[in-house]
Amino acid sequence: MLAEALLFSAVLFTIGVVGVLTRRNAIIIFMCVELMLNAVNLTFVAFSQAYGVAGQIFVFFVMTVAAAEAAVGLAIIIALFRHKQTVNLQNINLLKG
Amino acid sequence: MLLQHAASAPHPLNGTVAEWMWLLPLLPLVGFVINGLLSLVPATHLGPSDPDVAHDASHGQAAGTNAHADDHHAVARHRFAGLTSFVGPAVLALSFALALAIFVEMRSVGEMHTPFIQQYFEWMPAGGFSINAAFQLDQLSMVMILVITGVGTLIHIFSVGYMQDDPGYPRYFSYLNLFVAFMLVLVLGASYPVLFVGWEGVGLCSYLLIGFWFNDKANADAGKKAFIVNRIGDFGLLVAMFLLAANLGTLDFVGVSAAASQLGFASVLVTTICLFMFLGCAGKSAQIPLYIWLPDAMAGPTPVSALIHAATMVTAGVYLIARSSALFSMSPAASLTVAVVGAVTAIFAATIGLKQWDIKKVLAYSTVSQLGYMFVGVGVGAYTAGMFHLVTHAFFKALLFLGSGSVIFALHRAYHATHRDDDAQDMRNMGGMRKFMPLTWGLMWIATLAIAGIPPFAGFFSKDEILGSVFLRARESTLAESHWLGIPGSTVLYAIYAIGLAAALLTAIYMTRMMLYTFHGPNRSGEDERKHLAEAPWVMTGPLVLLGIGSALGGWLNLPHFAHMLGPDELLGRWLEPVVGESQLRVTLGRVPEAPGNTELFLIGSAVAIAVIGILIAAFVLRPARLVPKREAPAEEGLERVLLNKYYVDEAYDRAIVQPTVSISRGILWRGIDQGIIDSMFVNGSAALAKGIGRIGASLQSGQVGTYAWVLVVGVLAILGAFTLR
Repeated sequence: MLAEALLFSAVLFTIGVVGVLTRRNAIIIFMCVELMLNAVNLTFVAFSQAYGVAGQIFVFFVMTVAAAEAAVGLAIIIALFRHKQTVNLQNINLLKG
Repeated sequence: MLLQHAASAPHPLNGTVAEWMWLLPLLPLVGFVINGLLSLVPATHLGPSDPDVAHDASHGQAAGTNAHADDHHAVARHRFAGLTSFVGPAVLALSFALALAIFVEMRSVGEMHTPFIQQYFEWMPAGGFSINAAFQLDQLSMVMILVITGVGTLIHIFSVGYMQDDPGYPRYFSYLNLFVAFMLVLVLGASYPVLFVGWEGVGLCSYLLIGFWFNDKANADAGKKAFIVNRIGDFGLLVAMFLLAANLGTLDFVGVSAAASQLGFASVLVTTICLFMFLGCAGKSAQIPLYIWLPDAMAGPTPVSALIHAATMVTAGVYLIARSSALFSMSPAASLTVAVVGAVTAIFAATIGLKQWDIKKVLAYSTVSQLGYMFVGVGVGAYTAGMFHLVTHAFFKALLFLGSGSVIFALHRAYHATHRDDDAQDMRNMGGMRKFMPLTWGLMWIATLAIAGIPPFAGFFSKDEILGSVFLRARESTLAESHWLGIPGSTVLYAIYAIGLAAALLTAIYMTRMMLYTFHGPNRSGEDERKHLAEAPWVMTGPLVLLGIGSALGGWLNLPHFAHMLGPDELLGRWLEPVVGESQLRVTLGRVPEAPGNTELFLIGSAVAIAVIGILIAAFVLRPARLVPKREAPAEEGLERVLLNKYYVDEAYDRAIVQPTVSISRGILWRGIDQGIIDSMFVNGSAALAKGIGRIGASLQSGQVGTYAWVLVVGVLAILGAFTLR
């Protein structure tokens, strides 16, 4: 049971990483980041069966932080869109040296 | 510790007034501080504050007349001049009184064979090698201290009259006091480094005083020249000290004298040390090839020329050789070099002195020439004779300089009164000063006879002793048996004797010339000026009189043996015996040189005859009446011009040393190394390197979040991979 759960979370995490690396749209990248977080959450839950309840408690923390991050992140994306009229990250390079 | 204590009984000077010897240099130093603080207060100005305004106004009124353009007369005397007049000479007089007290004490304790040393603190501890700040008092330093403080006091008093109206009066006295302090450190120091402190200090004061009127660029340049030429000599002295420290492990005079014989008689090492040391002496005491700064040093006030550039500082080289007699007597080659350089300098400078028009330049070249005599004396191992000439020279040359200063002072005042701008130092503008300044005239003649070597004046005895020593050592001594550049020593010494006689002839000629042109014949200063010529005030003539007594009777300090009916003979010789006696005997094969009676009479007779001939030649050949004032004088021709231009030595040095140095500095050091390598490679190169690295770094920062994410993932994978595969 544990092995299947870990495999599934690994697949989810990889989909998230590939999504972050390959996609251009900021919203989709943001969703992929959430996917990676949830893959990690799944791992925590899977391990909590074997090692105690601490993993499940940590999942709540992660979900709380993810919720806060979603709020802030989406607000940034909206602000960015208002400024640049696009959410395509290729067109956004304000940090260039 | 106990053994050591038992071995060295307490010095006889312990607990006497000699314990206060540290006060000798401290008193002038206090004077320096007081006068230096006073000099920080600017001089007061009288009348219109801007001298230019006053100058223009006088031009307007006196259109057509020769209005003087000398700005420093428009400024008034310093407001603290009175205080300085007291403090400046007083500290010196106190110092002289203390020196006399110590001298009396030294006489009363009888013969002392070791110097009285006072250690103050450890100055430079370096492992097993250590240098202490210590003063030592022995017979040799006592002679120098008495000359410095005695003649120094007289010159300080003279300066009160000579410099009082100068706006920089307290500054002048602060420098002069500082000079005496350093000069006393020089002669009191118990080791070469302490001596070197004084050595450099007097060099600094010399520089400051030569450039005292630094508003005139020529004066400032003369100061720089003196300073730079002296640095060349100091390099030699430093190398000599390093060699001594490396080979003997000590720099104390006592230690060096005791260990000198370890260096080996006539070894290359001791000769090298002595020659480097002599380079230092040649710089300080203005010998060939480093004599060129001394004539230019006459740019300073005249009392400075008397004190620093005639009586004391320039004799430091002679003192150093006498002090290092243990080393020099070990090296005949170095000793002969000293004597040869001294003799050549003596005659070379004397020929230049024949044709100078500036009265102070004549005396400057005469000083160089007389210093040459002193080096001949110490060079042939007659250390007493060299020191004797140093003392008598301090008297008569100080008198000559101060006397010339008093003439210049009178002429300057006359020009000032008639608002004429002319050269107050040129002998062609003088003449007939005897009528106006009879006292100065008489005293100057005493000094002239002394320097020319006419008995019984001081210079006769000292110069005769030097020449006699050369003659005796040419017959039998270690020097005569050794070789100098392949020439037998006795030949060299006979040649030195002949040169010495020739230089004595020239000395008599140029000194008589100076006296004739200055004091005899018609007066050439001008109708209006003549009314203003007068004898200097007593504060200036007083010291002249005392120096005149010294010049007349100085010979009694060291009467030769044959003259014992005149008084106790060889006082100075016996006084200096514990310091230089052993070294002197080493040169003379362990015997006291004795001349047969008729040889001695022949030597004296020829010296006196030569001096008299010189004076007669000058008196018969020269025609003061034919001289014309400087402004009307025609240009010199032929040999006269070569002599007037000092053999073009300055020009030759300029071409051979100064210009190449400047062009090498400019072409290679500045354009090549500084601009080419340091500026372009290191300074601009490092900037370009940083810029290039920055450009590469900047291109990595694309601002594309995707790229950063890729780099991050690749990095994480690499780290994970490394951990997994390990």
